[in-house]
Amino acid sequence: MNARLRWRKFVSGFMLTMTGVCTAVSVAVLFFILGYLVYHGGASINWNFFTKLPAPVGETGGGMANAIVGSAKLLLLASLFGVPIGFLGGIYLAEFSGSSVGFVVRYAADLLNGVPSIVIGIFAYALMVLPFKHYSTFAGAFALGLMMIPITLRSTEEFLHSVPRALREGSMALGASKWRTIASVVVPAAYRGIITAILLALARVAGETAPLLFTALSNRYWSSGWNQPTASLPVMIFTYAIAPYDDWHRQAWAAGLVLLGLILVVNILARAILARGSAVPRS
Amino acid sequence: MKRIAGMLLVAFVLTGIVWAEDALLINGAGATFPNPIYQKWFDEFGQKNGKAKINYTPIGSGAGIKQITEGTVDFGASDGPMSDEQLKAYQDKHGSAVLHFPTVLGAAVPTYNIPGVTASLNFTPEALAGIFLGRITKWNDPAIASANKGVQLPANDIVVVHRSDGSGTTYIWTDFLSKVSEDWKSKVGKNTSINWPVGLGAKGNDGVTGQIKTTPNSIGYVELIYAATQNIPYGAVKNSSGKFVKADLASVSAAAAGAVKEMPDDFRVSITNAPGAAAYPISSFTWLLIPQKFSDASKRDAMKGFLKWAITDGQNEVEQLSYAKLPKAVVAKEIKAIDQIQ
Amino acid sequence: MATTTTTVPGASPAAGSRSFLSKLRDGDEIARVITLLFAASVVLITLMLVLQLWHGSALARHKFGFNFFRTSVWDPVNDEYGALPFIYGTVVTAIVGLALAVPLGIGAAIFLAELAPQKVSDMLEFFIDLLAAVPSVIYGLLGVFIVIPLMRNYVQPGLKAAFGFLPLFQGPAFGVGFLTAGVVLAIMVIPYIISVSREVLLSVPRDQREAALALGSTRWESTWKVVVPFARTGIMGSIFLALARALGETMAVTMVIGNTPTISASLFSPGYSIAAVIANEFSEATGDLYVQSLIELGLVLFLLTFILNGLARLLIVVTAQRGSGMGHV
Repeated sequence: MNARLRWRKFVSGFMLTMTGVCTAVSVAVLFFILGYLVYHGGASINWNFFTKLPAPVGETGGGMANAIVGSAKLLLLASLFGVPIGFLGGIYLAEFSGSSVGFVVRYAADLLNGVPSIVIGIFAYALMVLPFKHYSTFAGAFALGLMMIPITLRSTEEFLHSVPRALREGSMALGASKWRTIASVVVPAAYRGIITAILLALARVAGETAPLLFTALSNRYWSSGWNQPTASLPVMIFTYAIAPYDDWHRQAWAAGLVLLGLILVVNILARAILARGSAVPRS
Repeated sequence: MKRIAGMLLVAFVLTGIVWAEDALLINGAGATFPNPIYQKWFDEFGQKNGKAKINYTPIGSGAGIKQITEGTVDFGASDGPMSDEQLKAYQDKHGSAVLHFPTVLGAAVPTYNIPGVTASLNFTPEALAGIFLGRITKWNDPAIASANKGVQLPANDIVVVHRSDGSGTTYIWTDFLSKVSEDWKSKVGKNTSINWPVGLGAKGNDGVTGQIKTTPNSIGYVELIYAATQNIPYGAVKNSSGKFVKADLASVSAAAAGAVKEMPDDFRVSITNAPGAAAYPISSFTWLLIPQKFSDASKRDAMKGFLKWAITDGQNEVEQLSYAKLPKAVVAKEIKAIDQIQ
Repeated sequence: MATTTTTVPGASPAAGSRSFLSKLRDGDEIARVITLLFAASVVLITLMLVLQLWHGSALARHKFGFNFFRTSVWDPVNDEYGALPFIYGTVVTAIVGLALAVPLGIGAAIFLAELAPQKVSDMLEFFIDLLAAVPSVIYGLLGVFIVIPLMRNYVQPGLKAAFGFLPLFQGPAFGVGFLTAGVVLAIMVIPYIISVSREVLLSVPRDQREAALALGSTRWESTWKVVVPFARTGIMGSIFLALARALGETMAVTMVIGNTPTISASLFSPGYSIAAVIANEFSEATGDLYVQSLIELGLVLFLLTFILNGLARLLIVVTAQRGSGMGHV
């Protein structure tokens, strides 16, 4: 074993260890945040938190039940709006488009992604609140849905592209039309990546406050249907965190913990329901 | 695929079901400062009054004014009174006026964090103006030291902290400084958001509180509630009668009482630097903005009932939460004004 | 008299263009049109947004013209507005954030995709994705209570001692400022880089790796010189996502950047970003010129994103390798 080989092996070992360090740092940050939330908010999580409406300052026994349900409603509706646009748009980019149309759509998606959430909120306000003269869950879901589109679109395209040509050609050789190939072969092969991206987009909008303040506002009570303002976890966190009361601060941390828990549950459920493993063998 | 679509459809339908709620929902939004007491009030009133549920969201005074003018909420709330232009804009849009009703009182206090200094400092208006203009840069400057004989002030640089977001607290603070310092008035002026000559910006009262707590040698201004509940030292300010008064519920109410004689009928008044020996000079009302004409009779009755209750019985709850009560003379005036709401 | 040509479905000439009806029957054309509509709607939405911003900033644009980009004064009382400090702050914090997040993120993605056993990798990925769900308000609060004191008491003095000769690390250390905002942004965008990069790396065909190893490369060499370049566009895509998030992040940045419109070479200096000032002042802004200037700032951010994206794409094209997988930008 000559010197050069020894050096290369050393570099290999070193760099790979470094990647482990990077992972450790990233994961450590997350666990630190989780730990902090648990430490500061853990005590406030009790049965009441999940079942009761908010109570005024100084009164115990309040909770954020309406905010939990509100967040769930908003996220559901936002997904129904944003995911199809991103997903189908991504299919177009990967399977049908020419390079110039594709370029424009990709660029537009990246621009949309870079818009500050507050500007999206202002946009959604002008479109969905002002003409109707009231705040609503619809408007909030619209704003959040907009924010989900770019991640879903870009990632769908990316993962569809990564499906090997051989699969596509095999399917078409068997006589399937293009759309059938896409629906039955290509998309399932890229499922993992696409689901990951959708869940990432969902996670991102789950924590957004600014757009909701302009569209869904907030609600101390249960919000019925889609047309009323609704409470949501991020807005509650914001409202409580900026208040001068330590009790509300603790509830804000607790709400943050619950929000993370909600996303974790959605993640697990989604992967469990939709898991099919990859059609393409993993390396 | 079909499984997913089916499940989503079911979920969508379930969550969209309007479960029977025949209580009336009234929406309001505005100032963040009075949010805690409003929540308490609306909650209690809702329990007493069954039918009406009043939902308030703190989004900021300016936003409250905007939304009531646009008509997206049923009432607004603001720490600063609407200007004549804003009143006119409302009138032009709705064909009727919007009324101001003071609800509680608050105050802006100078808070600081000086290592080694635990005493409550005295600030003259000149000292405050000088600090926030950037002219007075060290803690042991004579302008500060002369009012604080007996306190050992270090020779450290002052770190000024102000609000980065537009706020009623900034309005009160700059309103006071404009009244007491010609220099401030001409160089900077008063507004909810200004071009600060010096200092770091922090978002919200909580942001300023947090910044002060973690930055040695800093000074800033926050609502009295924050200073009181978050245990940061705050100083006394010299009022128009020459006395150093520290903000507390009594001195803030005294400021309002002193201003009552000059109170205009629409209640839009600034009470900074108010007359009275016991008055705290940087106090302010906070107002509810109620439309004069309601299209919905049940909403109108609910709001009128709420107002009557809030400024009378409701006042018994405010001091627990560190807000100052309305003086009796103001309450009497308001009760008459409530009848204007149609 | 015109001769009509009848199209017989299916019986098309060997030259290749199938009739419209036959394509329709196959459903391919419908699929193409439907997906095109959705893709087009993305462009439409973006255009509508830009139009809204353009329209809503008319007064300010006419008043300031190009001076908006050159002036540094932001004075709501005297109605004078200039965008320069905000542009500077946005760009600097994004650069610092990416400079920290990209190496860490790609390193972690490589580890998770190449080295970690599948179950461990999946589990860790789960957790890292959770980082994306932490509300930005909470990132801001953590920034205030943890990062700022850390910065002021340890990191900034340390950097000053070691690298104080660079203008980057000079000046008083308040704890808030460009560097702190960059660090918080880095934490916020890491999950996007790791998550997407890992998935892309996982989808690189096995034979690429094996070919490299068969040729005698070390594990690291096969990863860095073969697998990663193959996944290049996907990784760049994840960096685009991260960049976009960093440029537009509002809440967390405003809590740690110091909110002072300053331009300074020092990373310790407090600053301001476009998203932060809009978040701080929009709700309370009264007066048409004020509001419209804030909206113009939103438009400027759009322009900034446009330019930065363009530059990044240029970079990809310029450094494109032949045969390294996808070639689209």
